[in-house]
Amino acid sequence: MPRLGVVLSRKSKCAEATLDMDQKTLNKLVESISKTVKSFKKSEIECLIQLFDSLVGKTDRRFGSCGIDRNTFRRILHSIFGMTNDMLMNRVFFAFDEDNDNYINVKEWVKGLSVFLRGTFEEKLKFCSEVYYLNGDGYISREEIFDMLKNSLSQQSSEEETDEGVNELVDITLKKMDCDNDGKVSSADFTKAVREDRLLLEVFGPCLPEAKNCLNFEALAFRNIMTSRF
Amino acid sequence: MGVALTRSAQWTAAGHGTGTLEITPLNEAILNEIIMFVESFIYKHPQEAKYAFVEPLEWTTELDASAFQSGYVVSDSTVKSEEVDKNGQPLLFLSVPQIKIRSFGQLSRFLYIAKGTKLKEAQACIEANRDPVVKILGSDFGTMEDDSAALNILDKITKDDDPEREIKMKLAILLKQLDLHLLNQSLKHLSLEIHLNPVTVKRHIELLKRFSGKGEETVLESIEYTSDYEFSNGCRAPPWRQIYGEICYVLVKPHDVETLCITCSAEGVFLNGGKADDEREINYERKGEIYKDLVTFLKEISAKFSENMSKQEINFDEEQQKEKEQFDAAPKKEEAATNHKARLGSDKTTYQKNHINLAKTQMTKRLEPSLNWKTSVDIKDRKSLVKDSQEEKHGTRLDKTRTSISPGRAQLLRKSIEKPEEIISESSSESEEDEEPVDHRQEANADLPSEYWQIQKLVKYLKGGNQTATVIALCSMRDFNLAQETCQLAIRDVGGLEVLINLLDTDEVKCKIGSLKILKEISHNPQIRRSIVDLGGLPIMVNILDSPHKSLKCLAAETIANVAKFRRARRAVRQHGGITKLVALLDCAKNSIEPAQSSLYETRDVEVARCGALALWSCSKSYANKEAIRKAGGFPLLARLLKTSHEDMLIPVVGTLQECASEENYRASIKSERIIENLVKNLNSENEQLQEHCAMAIYQCAEDEETRDLVRLHGGLKPLASLLNNTDNKERLAAVTGAIWKCSISKENVTKFREYKAIETLVGLLTDQPEEVLVNVVGALGECCQEYENRVLVRRCGGIQPLVNLLVGINQALLVNVTKAVGACAAEPESMAIIDRLDGVRLLWSLLKNPHPDVKASAAWALCPCIENAKDAGEMVRSFVGGLELVVNLLKSDNKEVLASVCAAITNIAKDQENLAVITDHGVVPLLSKLANTNNDKLRRHLAEAISRCCMWGRNRVAFGEHKAVAPLVRYLKSNDTNVHRATAQALYQLSEDADNCITMHENGAVKLLLDMVGSPDQDLQEAAAGCISNIRRLALATEKARYT
Repeated sequence: MPRLGVVLSRKSKCAEATLDMDQKTLNKLVESISKTVKSFKKSEIECLIQLFDSLVGKTDRRFGSCGIDRNTFRRILHSIFGMTNDMLMNRVFFAFDEDNDNYINVKEWVKGLSVFLRGTFEEKLKFCSEVYYLNGDGYISREEIFDMLKNSLSQQSSEEETDEGVNELVDITLKKMDCDNDGKVSSADFTKAVREDRLLLEVFGPCLPEAKNCLNFEALAFRNIMTSRF
Repeated sequence: MGVALTRSAQWTAAGHGTGTLEITPLNEAILNEIIMFVESFIYKHPQEAKYAFVEPLEWTTELDASAFQSGYVVSDSTVKSEEVDKNGQPLLFLSVPQIKIRSFGQLSRFLYIAKGTKLKEAQACIEANRDPVVKILGSDFGTMEDDSAALNILDKITKDDDPEREIKMKLAILLKQLDLHLLNQSLKHLSLEIHLNPVTVKRHIELLKRFSGKGEETVLESIEYTSDYEFSNGCRAPPWRQIYGEICYVLVKPHDVETLCITCSAEGVFLNGGKADDEREINYERKGEIYKDLVTFLKEISAKFSENMSKQEINFDEEQQKEKEQFDAAPKKEEAATNHKARLGSDKTTYQKNHINLAKTQMTKRLEPSLNWKTSVDIKDRKSLVKDSQEEKHGTRLDKTRTSISPGRAQLLRKSIEKPEEIISESSSESEEDEEPVDHRQEANADLPSEYWQIQKLVKYLKGGNQTATVIALCSMRDFNLAQETCQLAIRDVGGLEVLINLLDTDEVKCKIGSLKILKEISHNPQIRRSIVDLGGLPIMVNILDSPHKSLKCLAAETIANVAKFRRARRAVRQHGGITKLVALLDCAKNSIEPAQSSLYETRDVEVARCGALALWSCSKSYANKEAIRKAGGFPLLARLLKTSHEDMLIPVVGTLQECASEENYRASIKSERIIENLVKNLNSENEQLQEHCAMAIYQCAEDEETRDLVRLHGGLKPLASLLNNTDNKERLAAVTGAIWKCSISKENVTKFREYKAIETLVGLLTDQPEEVLVNVVGALGECCQEYENRVLVRRCGGIQPLVNLLVGINQALLVNVTKAVGACAAEPESMAIIDRLDGVRLLWSLLKNPHPDVKASAAWALCPCIENAKDAGEMVRSFVGGLELVVNLLKSDNKEVLASVCAAITNIAKDQENLAVITDHGVVPLLSKLANTNNDKLRRHLAEAISRCCMWGRNRVAFGEHKAVAPLVRYLKSNDTNVHRATAQALYQLSEDADNCITMHENGAVKLLLDMVGSPDQDLQEAAAGCISNIRRLALATEKARYT
């Protein structure tokens, strides 16, 4: 994704451009977001907003308007956070998009990233269950698990064998996750199993960025702050 | 001939041209063959014998012209053969000392004439003519390289229209045949010698190294390679020397010979030109004969080596066998299948017997150093178990019916075999036998539990899944009971260990965590530990210790703690820099500076430190690791952690300290870090294990007087005394009694213990306790009873009887302590009466026959107060049949402590005139006199006392003089020890009753020394010295008087 690299590197220029812009509007936005998102410093929020703006590609003076569409977001997930699973990337998009308008607005952006980068275990647990459609009283059926896990085995000799292998894997997963033995994984099951063993947080597929990628992203996104500190 | 000469013959290294043939058996054989060939040539091939060589063979001979007779024209200094070639030139021409020969016929004759010097002449000839074939047949027929070259020659000969071609061809064939023959011969010769290879050489050197060092008993002072670098083929010689088959060079310093520089080559071992200090290169030239291996060589060179070697031979052979056994283990397994079928006969039994013997020796060896009470499991029983399992292992392939042993029983066997290893590796630093346990692969046809198949399935997902599948499989695997051996072995047997270890090498934090969590659990199994080490798991885990993730560090450290239970693993941890990293984990403060990044899997810093301590505890059982911990600055950190109040933390910390405290130089560090204070504090903890380790650490440290005082000053004696009352936990009791024993070496501490009523409690512990505890209890009582009040106390509490009862034991450490305690009690007459009544003296006396010198010495010391305080001591001593002879014969011992103690016993025995008469008859005087030349002050003192006592009988005074005991005694007066002075002065006083002795003393300058002694504040010494001088003076006066009258 060369475009993103360009976008990110262009960011500093944008920052210069925004300097003489309406600083007040920006400050206001930062102020309001920092009320809900505690894990970022204000300067960091500012950086993220600027990054958002450059990603959206708007050059007009209204900060944080409109949003990132699904394709742009998937590109970000892929190139910066190293995600590969299409289905799960879509689901992560929907988890970010709280108001379900198919765009991620600036507030959703900062909030979602706070879980990605600085989320506590509880926050991540909540996020994952949203990604896996578990919020509320939802549940995951056997078939859905199969769908989510079907790509997790390296291609063996034939498709049939792979299917068989995945089926067995689903059995194992169900045995592990289905605490009440009703043949499906409910939100309660999920929470309970993950609390017992944190390794199971992303049991149905990767939906959180790896630590290494997070560090890279932070280094890139907050580079202004970091350089100005020295 | 050419090939044989260039390839097989051993030329000196100086290169071609001027080289000379070495005198080796091989060369001699080759020369003899050539001589035989040439000598018989004239008879076998008369036609070809006349053929004139293209060029003459020319060399310097030692033969004189006069040696030639008929058939030769002899003048003053020249000899011509009557036989000439077609040009009229003589075929033999000698112009002393140069000789030229041009036909085989003449060569044959020449050798016949040479007779005794044949060999020399042949050698000179070959040396001077490095390419005889060329000279004989012409330069076209250079050294025949191989068959095709030979054919070329034949070809050439056929094409050539030379009239002599037929003869030439025949000669060429004959020479070729000789060449082949020579090569064959030399091959036979070579194969007779055992060829060395880098591995055998290395093994020999390592073995010798193990038996080398300072001291009388070792075989060598030192043995070292000249180069540290080892090539991948196992050689250490530089590549250009490896061409000559040289493997390595060693510098050997035997006890009685200068340092030798030795070349080990494939052909054997020989002395080379040595290495000068300022030169880098070794002089590779061979300087001596070739021996088949190092040991043979050294035996030849060094008398001391062969003497000590014969002493060590058994050991050495055993080691060698063991090495070999280990070394051969791998191929043997493969061989086993085929071999076993092949040698069904008697071979089989010996083969197995060997195996069992080996197992036995290892077993017993392993048991020996540990006095751990747990190991008192019947040894015999275990041996038979090993035997069983061995047989089972070997038997399976031989006859299938035997495999019908139920899996249950097999498992039982397995457990009981592993137990001892467990116990020992956890007990103490001394028992570090690195023994490979019997491997139990589960037989494929055995009934496998369902877990086995389920685990196999999970391992499949570990191998073939992405991160998600791997994590699911890892988490599911942990749902099995990983503490169960079936599951542990199942993971290994389906190849799970490899995968788990491979996962540690990936970037996936979650996989690493999951994998380590499993490894941590299953590494409780000794077999799994070994497999992990074999698969190279330790270096990877050591690397993880650097990870930014604390939980990963913790898990890795905990797993290392489990794995490092045997020596090879501990060494691996050290060699990969693990100790430094583990010590770094202890530094909580430093750890807290972490990257801002938070992770789901984090733990507290304290936990990291705890895991680090846990791993260090395991590692600290190896000496080199203790050193590494010290070097890495571990002690200050451990001391700091000791101030915390978490029991989980304290146990491994104290455990590590306790292990390290077994070495004296670490005790100094422990003292300087104010560790004792905290150890004492933790004695008051609620946790029994912590108490145990604290007590154990104090036990180790309290060898040092200052530490003993520190324990008292920090109030550690009271908790120790009160812990004595809880006797359920035997390990802790052993540690506590141990600490009390060592602490009670200081008198102030004994007073405190009496205050706390510890002595009464100790007496109560004399019965029904495991040996471990008894050793310490008795040791403590032995120390306490040095004081009068305590002796009375022990008697009143009824301690004498159980103590005397313990005299019949077999535990050496216990016997040393018991004899000491009984001896201490015997200093009090009333206690002595009880001991006498219980026949304790006889028991002590019979311990003089104990094989171990410590026990002998201790028993002899104990006998002294017994004889001193017993009623009718003389009668009692005489009642022991053969007892006096036994004591006198102990004077032949070579242990100084035994000698000193026996001298002391003899001093007491000799107080009774009748007994003195008996021991005199047994030859006590010459034996004592023989000991006189000693520098050991303790022995000097008791020896002098014994001599002075023994002077009281018959003509013993004179006898001591005759046996030259007087002069050495005079020298004792120059010692720094007043006790020696006193005893010596008394002995000299006794001896000076004899005139000859007075003369000897005077000659040796005793008077001046004694005059100094007269001024001593010690009254006994004054008196004895004065008495002696007066005797000498009186003699002088008497002589003068005699002269003038």
